Formats: sequence, C-alpha cells, structure tokens
Amino acid sequence: MLPLLILVSIISFGLIQVMPGDYLTRAKMNPQITQKTLNQMMARYGLDKPFHVQYWLWFKQIITKGDFGTSFETMRPVYWTLFMGDRFMWTIIIASTTMLLTWLIAIPLGIYSATHQYKPSDHTLTFFGFLGLSVPNFFFALVVLWVLVAIFKVGNYGLGVGGLFDNRFIGAPWSTAKFWNLLWHIWPAWLVIGTSGMAGLLRYMRGSLLDTLSLQYVQTARAKGLNERVVIYKHAVRNAINPLVSMLGMSLPGLVSGSLVTAIVLNLPTVERAFFSALQAQDTYVIMGGLLFFSLFLLVGNLLADILLAWVDPRIRYG
Amino acid sequence: MAWFRKKKELEKEMGKREHVSLSQGQMIWRAFRKHRLGNIGMVIVLILVVSAVFAEFVAPYSYADQYNSYSFSPPSKLHSRSDDGFSLRPFVYKTTRQFDRVTYTPTFVVDTSTKYYIRLFVRGAEYKMLGLFKTNVHLFGARSADGDEAMIFLLGADGYGRDLFTRTMIGGRISLAVGPLVILIIFPIAIVLGGISGYYGGGIDMFLQRFGEVFMAIPGLPILLVMGAALSGFGFPATIVFMGIIAALAIVSWAGMARIIRGQFLAIRQMDFVAAAKAAGSSDIRIILRHITPNITSYLIVAATLTIPGMMLTEAALSFLGYGIHEPMTSWGQLLNAATNISGIEEHPWLLIPGIFIVVAVLAFNFLGDALRDAVDPFTII
Repeated sequence: MLPLLILVSIISFGLIQVMPGDYLTRAKMNPQITQKTLNQMMARYGLDKPFHVQYWLWFKQIITKGDFGTSFETMRPVYWTLFMGDRFMWTIIIASTTMLLTWLIAIPLGIYSATHQYKPSDHTLTFFGFLGLSVPNFFFALVVLWVLVAIFKVGNYGLGVGGLFDNRFIGAPWSTAKFWNLLWHIWPAWLVIGTSGMAGLLRYMRGSLLDTLSLQYVQTARAKGLNERVVIYKHAVRNAINPLVSMLGMSLPGLVSGSLVTAIVLNLPTVERAFFSALQAQDTYVIMGGLLFFSLFLLVGNLLADILLAWVDPRIRYG
Repeated sequence: MAWFRKKKELEKEMGKREHVSLSQGQMIWRAFRKHRLGNIGMVIVLILVVSAVFAEFVAPYSYADQYNSYSFSPPSKLHSRSDDGFSLRPFVYKTTRQFDRVTYTPTFVVDTSTKYYIRLFVRGAEYKMLGLFKTNVHLFGARSADGDEAMIFLLGADGYGRDLFTRTMIGGRISLAVGPLVILIIFPIAIVLGGISGYYGGGIDMFLQRFGEVFMAIPGLPILLVMGAALSGFGFPATIVFMGIIAALAIVSWAGMARIIRGQFLAIRQMDFVAAAKAAGSSDIRIILRHITPNITSYLIVAATLTIPGMMLTEAALSFLGYGIHEPMTSWGQLLNAATNISGIEEHPWLLIPGIFIVVAVLAFNFLGDALRDAVDPFTII
C-alpha cells in the first residue's frame, strides 16, 4: 500500500509541476509575505530547483518530520488547511451518515424488489434507482436548491440553504435549535449523495437475493413448512447480504468523490471543498496533501472490502 | 433482467426455436427487442445522436451568435390561441426588453400585434451541413405572414443573449462524443494489456496488474480536476483542451477496463478451442486477437455502452466546475456552469434545462446497456 501511495504521489507531483502559473509569482504579489519568508520557502522546498529535487525535499520532510508542506494561501501547515476547522470531522460525519441512510433504505427496498420480482412495484423501484444513478450530483444539488429557494421560498421562513448552519448558529454553542438547523442543512446532502449510490446497492441486493432464493436449501426450508418470513429473513437474506459487505468498503471512495461536487454546490465545509479551493488558488502542497488523502481513503476502502468479505465468508482465503 | 418477458411469449418463442435456428446475433437482437426500457433507451439515444449530428440544422441560430438585447430572455411562449381564434400552427409574439425605472430590472414586454408563426425549413444563418456543403436552411423559425422574423428562444437565452436551445444542441455533440472517444482510446489498450495479462498469467500478469493498480489507486475526480486545471492554465485553444480531457479520462479509466477484460480472458483461455488453436500452431498474439477477442465482442459492446454514461457524468461534472470543456466550445455540463449561484438560478431557472438533457441521455444509455447485457447473457440476474 505504501509503495502505491508513493507512486501516486510522484505522478500527482509531476502533474502539478506541469501546471503553469506557479504559487511563487502569486506569493510575490501578496504584500503580507515578506521577501525573507519567500526566500526561506524557496530554500526549504527548492522551488527554483528541478522537479526531482523538489519532490525529494518534499518527500524527505514527510518521512523525517511528518510535515506535508505549507499552504501558500494560509501560510499554515497543509494538514491544518485541509482538516482543521472541523473539516475532517464533517467529512466523516457526512460520509458515514449518508452511507448509513443509503444502506438502511436500499437493503429493505432490494429485498422488497426481489420478493416482488417482475411486479409493477419492482419495475418502479428499479426505474427510480436508475434515475438516481443517472442524475449528476451537481445538477441534483442545484435543482434541490432551486426548489427550496424558488418554489418553497424557504428564505421567507428565515431558513438558509447551503453550508451546514444558518449564520446565526455559526459559532453558537450546541443547542436543540442548532441541531435542528444542522438537520435542515444536511438533508439535501444526504439526498443528493445518497441517491447516486442507492441504485447500485438496491440492484445488487435484489440480484443476490434472487440468486439465493433459487438455491436448494431455500426450497428445503419451504418444503419443511417454514413460514415464508422466516425463509426469507432468516435463511435467504442472511446469505444474500454477504457479498454486499464488500460494497461497504468499495463505496467509501465513491462517497468522497461523489460528495466533492455536492460539497462545492451546497457549500459544505469538508475536506473536498478545501481541496477545491486549493486547486483554484494553485496551492501546490495542499493539492498534493488532498490527493494523497483521497488515495489513502481509496486504498483503505479496498482493504476494508477485502477484510470484511473474508470475515463474513469463511470460504474466502487470501495469500 | 427479462422483466417484460411474458410467460406466454416465452413459450411461443421456445416453440419457434425448435424449427428455426438463429444466429447468435439474431438471438441477441430478439432478446433485446423484448426489453421495453432498453428499446426506449435506444430510441432516445438515436434521437440525441441524430440531433447532435445535424445540430446546426435543428438549431435556429448559430451557437456563438449574441443577441445582446435578449440577454436572459425567458423561454418563448408558444401560442395556438388568440383573439381571432385557434390556429393549428403555433406562433410566438415579439418581445422587447425594458428596464424598470426604479430597480433597473429587465422585463420582457410582449407585443401581441403581429403573430410570428413557427415555420419549417426557414432560411437563417449560414452553416456547413456535416462540414461538407454550405446551406442556410434551418429546421424551424418564427416568421410573420409578410416574412418578418422574430426571435424564438425555445429554452430561453443566456446572459450574452445566446439561444440556449441552439447551444444545448451543439453542446450535445461534445457531451455525446466524450464517451465513445474515450472508449476508442481505452479499448485497444485494455484489450492488449488485459489480454496479455489474462492469457499468459504468471509474472507478466503480476507485473501488469500491479502497474494497473497504481492507476486505480489514483482518486478519479480529484486527479481529473488537477489535470483539467493544468490544461486550462496553458491557455490552449478549446479543441486542444477537449482532446486533453479525453486523454485524461482515458488515463484514469483504462486500468479498470483492462482488469475486467483480463477476467474474461482468464475464463476463456481454458476452453478447448483455444487449445485447438494452439495445437494448430497459431501464434499467441493471433490467439488473443483473432480467437479470444471475437468471443468477448458482445461483452465488450455491453461494457462500452455501460461505460459511456459514467464518462458523460464525469465530463459534465468537470465542465460544470470549470475544469473541463472551455468556451467557445460548449457541452451540457459547461452550459450548467452558468447556473452556479443560487440567486442566478432563482431568477433564470431555464439555465438549468441542459441538465435535463444530461439526465435523459445518461438514463437512456444505462437502459440500453442494461438491456444489451441481458440480451447477451441471459443467465445473469443483476
């Protein structure tokens, strides 16, 4: 995993070097940055040196000091720029709650769809699943905003859209009102990010359960006179849900990149948004840090998928 | 997903098959015809492709023409009823922009004195049909009885007074072309590398898989954004940026496709006909390209159809964020870039309409691919 991350970092570093218009020229225009700090940074990161020297200087800082560099925008360390101000916490909260909700809704719907195969309700569910899959996240987010603002005129009720809180709650201590306000702001994110993952999960659950229901042990269970509910929930669903567990890990990176666009449209204070701002400002080391973070997320997700799969299905052996 | 296959039809079909023998292609086509949503998807895809190919003809104006006095004009209302009764041919009225004296907000005042009927095959801006011959005939336009012209904005106009319908038609070209172009690049790479990997196995498989994993470990959208930023920073012309975006999408997605194809090769290399070809003295590359690849062709077509919607969505997201297709080129995602802020959408909701085209196109491709998959492989339920 580590060699992979290093390779990814080399590729990304090279790409960013190709990007024209560097931060040095920007930093020179910034009156708050003195020539002295500028020279210090030049020396520290070898900004006037060729690519491989720069990469090595940056890489050495990481392994020796765990220092991922400094943001040229905020003049603070990269991890601060990316994760602080609760950005990391909100990213995890939004991703995990969205995932939880998607699973809580998609699994029962998948079971329903499989037990009502080829019935109109099955077709309707599949159609809406596909629709959720086909709507671009950013477009859906825009439409939700438009419906809230232009159709329901939520502004008239003192409710804002975008962000995680209305202005009056930012910085205020936690209270019930603040919590409700958070819920009001977070449900569009759940809706937008959730629908894109829902269809896949629903279809997998449906397919997996249909496969299981055609197995002989299910026939045996029915033949010995078991209640249909018991057959489905105790015998079939338990086995059908196993292969889906690997999707749990796989969907993690999808959640992050899926929420990137959503976070930008809905103005959510997440790591993805910090990454996008850094991209707009050409803030090299923050972009690098962001890319590495997303890669790590992806790899951890895949690893988690493998581990979970081996855990629920003892027949699978690695190595 | 043979949901729409009625039991009786199936029995009839089974009965038929005893007498008539069909080729594999015919069987796949028959199975596909039974898939209602898949057929609807195919028809929609065809309509979109045809309208993209003949975009200049379908669109009433040139996509770069700016009618500044119609900036943010709402969609034209089509009328069929007036004081003098019902008219079978729909018509529009001329509108002029006026500014509110106090707030200086523009309003469009309708002048109902003259009716401008929608006429087919009217003459307008000159363009090159299919890039071959010059013509100035457009599918429709609004003309009064004495030949006077009125602007018609079916989907409204953007901030520069450009017709959104025209731009959506032209933008559809890019949006629809991205997927197939990316596939054109990644399929040869994926077939050769995936084929070698799956056919030989062992050390070379190991090496190619690890190599592919590096690309799969790169997070797709973030790295595409970085590449898009790099591309746009150089101030390249729009066509170069467009090709760069295609290349970027190919770089990010070839590895996944190669791995899928490798799986197919792993399964097929065990089969007897491969052993027979080997015994007959075929070279390895011949077996890969001439014996195994044709056997997975139907599978490849399905994979291609199901890859297109993903590419369309990614391109749309990139262009929406401003790191994809650039002006003067346009795509559905790029058109939505104008609708980024909420107050703008509130006042000009028609700017969101190109998004509906994305949804419809992606949905149609998904249905088409899904139906093709069922038709090719009737044993998979998912």
